[in-house]
Amino acid sequence: MATTGVQTETPSVPRHKTSAAKRRTKQPFNFTPWLFLAVPLLIYLVWVVEPLFYSFYLSLTDWDGVTNPTFIGLKNYQTLLQDPVLYVSFLNNLKVLSVFLIVPIAGGLGLAVLFNRPSRMINVLKAAIYSPMVLSFIVIGLIWSWFYLPNEGALNTLLRSAGLGFLAQSWLSNAQISIFSVTFAACWRQIGYVMLLYLAGLNTIDASLVEAAKVDGANGWQVFLRIIFPLLAPITTIIVIATIIDSLQFFDLVYIMTKGGPGYASTVLANFMFTEAFTNFRYGYGAAIAVVQFLLSFIFIVFYLTYMLRKGADNL
Amino acid sequence: MSIQAESSLARRRVQPRGATTKRVNNNWRFYLFALPFTLLWLFPVFGVILTSIRSKEDILYNGYIALPKPITFSSYIEAWVQGNVSVYLLNSFLITIPALFATIFLSSLSAYALARIRFRGSRWILMLYISGMMLPYQIIILPVFQLSVALGIYNTLWAVIFVHTAFQMAFCTFVLRNFMVTLPGEIMEAARMDGCTDFGIYRRIVMPLTLPALAALATLEFTWIFNDFIWSLVLLQDDSLRPVTAGLATLIGQYNTNWSVVVAGSLIASIPTMIVFILLQRYFIQGLTMGSVK
Repeated sequence: MATTGVQTETPSVPRHKTSAAKRRTKQPFNFTPWLFLAVPLLIYLVWVVEPLFYSFYLSLTDWDGVTNPTFIGLKNYQTLLQDPVLYVSFLNNLKVLSVFLIVPIAGGLGLAVLFNRPSRMINVLKAAIYSPMVLSFIVIGLIWSWFYLPNEGALNTLLRSAGLGFLAQSWLSNAQISIFSVTFAACWRQIGYVMLLYLAGLNTIDASLVEAAKVDGANGWQVFLRIIFPLLAPITTIIVIATIIDSLQFFDLVYIMTKGGPGYASTVLANFMFTEAFTNFRYGYGAAIAVVQFLLSFIFIVFYLTYMLRKGADNL
Repeated sequence: MSIQAESSLARRRVQPRGATTKRVNNNWRFYLFALPFTLLWLFPVFGVILTSIRSKEDILYNGYIALPKPITFSSYIEAWVQGNVSVYLLNSFLITIPALFATIFLSSLSAYALARIRFRGSRWILMLYISGMMLPYQIIILPVFQLSVALGIYNTLWAVIFVHTAFQMAFCTFVLRNFMVTLPGEIMEAARMDGCTDFGIYRRIVMPLTLPALAALATLEFTWIFNDFIWSLVLLQDDSLRPVTAGLATLIGQYNTNWSVVVAGSLIASIPTMIVFILLQRYFIQGLTMGSVK
């Protein structure tokens, strides 16, 4: 979210003609902005800000969702740290993350560079590649569940007809690979999205830079490595941070494709939390999982925000 | 912002510049790769479409990779009627449309105040919204669930509409504020001289000028809210209230041996966002690059 660095030029508006401090002393309290802000800010505070803090309190309670939460201190966290599912889930989040950091970024960048040609026909192909982005994760999950069906499923059939029958298997119920099967379905969507961002970035690169390098005798690969890729660095940074945060929020696909199974083999933190809260009615415990998940992503959120703010500083 | 930037930037692209013959040759080789690649890329979609128009028996005898004989649309009817997809789809719209309007309207109000009025605390409020943009939704699930129970709107569409409105506000406010900051101040100053109030400036000057950003944002938010799954899962209990994402999760439970119905339902469920994407692709992409990362 935010200014992305996709656009490099930001028209800055001179707004601070007189210093803010000077004005403040001169003017009486200004009600106007608060009239604009009252309703949206109230809704935002009640539905987003207050729940954020309340989660921390809930994580310190024993709550079944019906009676009032009772305060139990750090007990949920003690239990959580001894819960093997926490480590399984976290490891799965890391697996999702590692695939997510490599496949969509490499694939998306590669496709963006290849497809960066002005032509009506290519626009159609590009749109086809990133069209999965408008499908819900549920639909993507179902499409890929169909693709992964065991025995005579589509992927297995294709593998057999390509003479790779030994690879055919139950993609979603094999504990070793189910999380990767799910992640790959997510990559299908993510690659198109990353490609789109890189295409927008390529659009802002001054063609004369590339031409100058070519005149100086650089080949295509050198141009990419020395000029295009470094110029795309801001976008890459944003994609990497957002990928990390997204990987920690991974939920829908696991829910619809494997339900976290077999066993806990493909459970990620979000599914772990959901199951504990809404299936086992251990809401306090669920809140503790949510807090852990939040703290894990917190550092990256802060990093992301400071990066965004620094980049858009002249605009703030 | 990016909309402005895009129009002001020279639209120069990095592209191979060689002799014309070389380029034609390159293009020919490019298509030789790109066309099959794109088709392969969409293979799961084609496969699903084929499965949706085949009968259960046909699939049973001929496997999943085979042409339909005979073509039948009964799975679509089954999903639409018995599978309740018609109800789910209606619910999706009943949630998405109000939430979309509410979040964009309310965000435009905050955005105006934060972009065009100087006041004490504006920086802090902006920070509050910006922090909410990257907030993992999991951290607020349980309190929001409790809040909806306390307000007596648990298991109603209102709960889902409210949470979408609030949760999307952070991103919308940020994007709209950044856009409004770039608007030229002279017109507004002139209007103020003529006695126009802030609300008048918001309504008559800023909003009309913000239309391109609003369009891009609305397109993007439509697909996000429409495609959301978790909030309806958490806040709704009755099957008759579920939007199409949560509905499909029910459908797979009911029809887990009849994939042609499941995928037919999925395809129906994707029609609205697909239409938006095809008709408003430009806005969709502008919205994404303007707001990036989601």
